[in-house]
Amino acid sequence: MERVPILKIGTTLFVSIQIDLQDESVMRLQEDLADELVATGARGVIIDITAVEIVDSFIGRMLATIGSISRLFDAETVLVGMRPAVAITLTELGLSLRGVRTALNAEKGLELLNGSA
Amino acid sequence: MDVDSSQGRMAVYMRDHQDKVVGRWTELVLAGLRGRSSAAEVRRELEDLYSLVLRIMFGADEQAAGELRATLTELSRSRARNGFSPTETALGVFALKDAVYELVTDAADLVPEYLAFSRMMDDLGLHTFETYAAAREQIIADQAAAMLELSTPVIRLWEGVIAVPLVGTLDSARTQLVMEKLLETLVATGADHAVLDITGVPTVDTEVAQHLLKTVSAARLLGAECIISGIRPQVAHTIVSLGIEFGDIATKATLADALAHALTRSGQRIEKGRPA
Repeated sequence: MERVPILKIGTTLFVSIQIDLQDESVMRLQEDLADELVATGARGVIIDITAVEIVDSFIGRMLATIGSISRLFDAETVLVGMRPAVAITLTELGLSLRGVRTALNAEKGLELLNGSA
Repeated sequence: MDVDSSQGRMAVYMRDHQDKVVGRWTELVLAGLRGRSSAAEVRRELEDLYSLVLRIMFGADEQAAGELRATLTELSRSRARNGFSPTETALGVFALKDAVYELVTDAADLVPEYLAFSRMMDDLGLHTFETYAAAREQIIADQAAAMLELSTPVIRLWEGVIAVPLVGTLDSARTQLVMEKLLETLVATGADHAVLDITGVPTVDTEVAQHLLKTVSAARLLGAECIISGIRPQVAHTIVSLGIEFGDIATKATLADALAHALTRSGQRIEKGRPA
């Protein structure tokens, strides 16, 4: 099973999704992320989905779940690098990802976290 | 288009009088076109057609029918593009009937064959008309596509602020196009504010509002904030009467207000200085 690496940058955890997400790897990512949040006391999570070209309701729900998990540890989630086609699909699916903040790219995502901290 | 051998005599007769018939045909067509094509040009076109018609009537080769149709197709397409009316286009074919008829009146025994010939010309005339209509429809489709392209520009207003002036009715197809262009521009320019200006949208009903909301939430997923501007008094009245909720989306009366709002939000300020 492929794993998604979680990188710590300062007080932020950086997750870049570059594989096709399966149920198992998603569960693993959510567990790993929770562990890391506890271990590092990070205040923000950046999820980079630049490489994600296809989304479905499953991935949409996963992103929302990660947002909820992070909030339990008082960390804010920022979703960055969404492609236009992906945004259109999510809108058509009726998923507006309330509770998850979004930014155009990783740089702006970091700014957003640091600005609000 | 099967031509029975009984047209042979008629064909010989028409070949012998080619100059006279083509001359008269050209005259009739030119009268219909009212000087929009030169006589020499028309005559050349008609001579081509005439020789193809003769080839079919002699029944010698099978390619002639195909060639004739292809030539007619080409001719009616160019007529359609150059703005000739359907009558003027079809007249090009039907005038040959008249021209030949004048010839046949001198030779009464050819009348039965003339009827067969006339039916063939009717077929060709219909073919011309069909091609003409198809060409016109193609033109309309092209224009609609061009208009769709033209009507959705995305412009950069300021550092980090882009605007989409929406003009015309907002239907699903246009919303899709606007959304795609807006999102692409957001990614390309890295802007974090987008202004949707609806000054040019004649009416805002629940469907249009739905489309606007969709566009805004797609832009939000990319991390950009949208402002809707250009709401006219009547439109505001309609929106309230219909109970449309724009939620937490900022709405402004004019594009200028929207720009000011976007600049404030992104922490930029314009100061009055002395003119340079």
